[in-house]
Amino acid sequence: MKVTVRYFASMREAMGCSSEVLDTQASTLGELRSALIARGGAGAEALGTNRSVRMALNQVMSDASTALTESCEVAFFPPVTGG
Amino acid sequence: MENPTLPRVRVQTQPFDVAAELAALQAGDPRVGAICSFVGTVRDRNAPGAAGSVQAMELEHYPGMTEKSIEAMVDEALWRFDIFGARVVHRVGVLQPTEGVVLVAVSSAHRGQSFQACEFLMDYLKTQAPFWKKETTPEGAHWVDARVSDDEALARWGIAARNA
Repeated sequence: MKVTVRYFASMREAMGCSSEVLDTQASTLGELRSALIARGGAGAEALGTNRSVRMALNQVMSDASTALTESCEVAFFPPVTGG
Repeated sequence: MENPTLPRVRVQTQPFDVAAELAALQAGDPRVGAICSFVGTVRDRNAPGAAGSVQAMELEHYPGMTEKSIEAMVDEALWRFDIFGARVVHRVGVLQPTEGVVLVAVSSAHRGQSFQACEFLMDYLKTQAPFWKKETTPEGAHWVDARVSDDEALARWGIAARNA
């Protein structure tokens, strides 16, 4: 299915882009993260399992088990530091 | 009662006017007997005694998700506490030391519920709202690390945070 993936803060800098549209076989956020690690390049390091990566689906804080939906908006980012 | 020109949740680059925000929150409501506010400001240091170690602070956010997540926090505060209203204004962009970053204000009949709701909103915002800070220091710019103590602060309200 088609998903839009957005990156923020240090994740955006590491990925070298703020968003990309992907056609993926992944069915959950965790599977999508694994697919991006497997793709290699900047994502292999930035999304690595040793990294603190937070994620959102359709602009709601989510976790690795959250299911993707057609044309959804996914975001990967570091722990938040507002306030 | 809420002032429509000053929505209760805003993300903006420009400074906020605390007096105007508190007036909008009260909105002439005679039931209000307590207004509690918190203002977070930019320090010039990232450790006690390290004056000048932070020259500027840049804030990035996730437009759309930020507003939505804070609106949900305000709804949660209105449900949990006996309060009349709450407002959150958060700045983004480049800020200088001493400038205000965030304002949280709550109104209620008596002080206890306002104090609690104000703290709850700040604890929630710290770990759940998608903002990221980047400090400019004499050695260069770097992203600020999340604090485990902020997750622990939210846990006091019975909400498990796994941010840091």
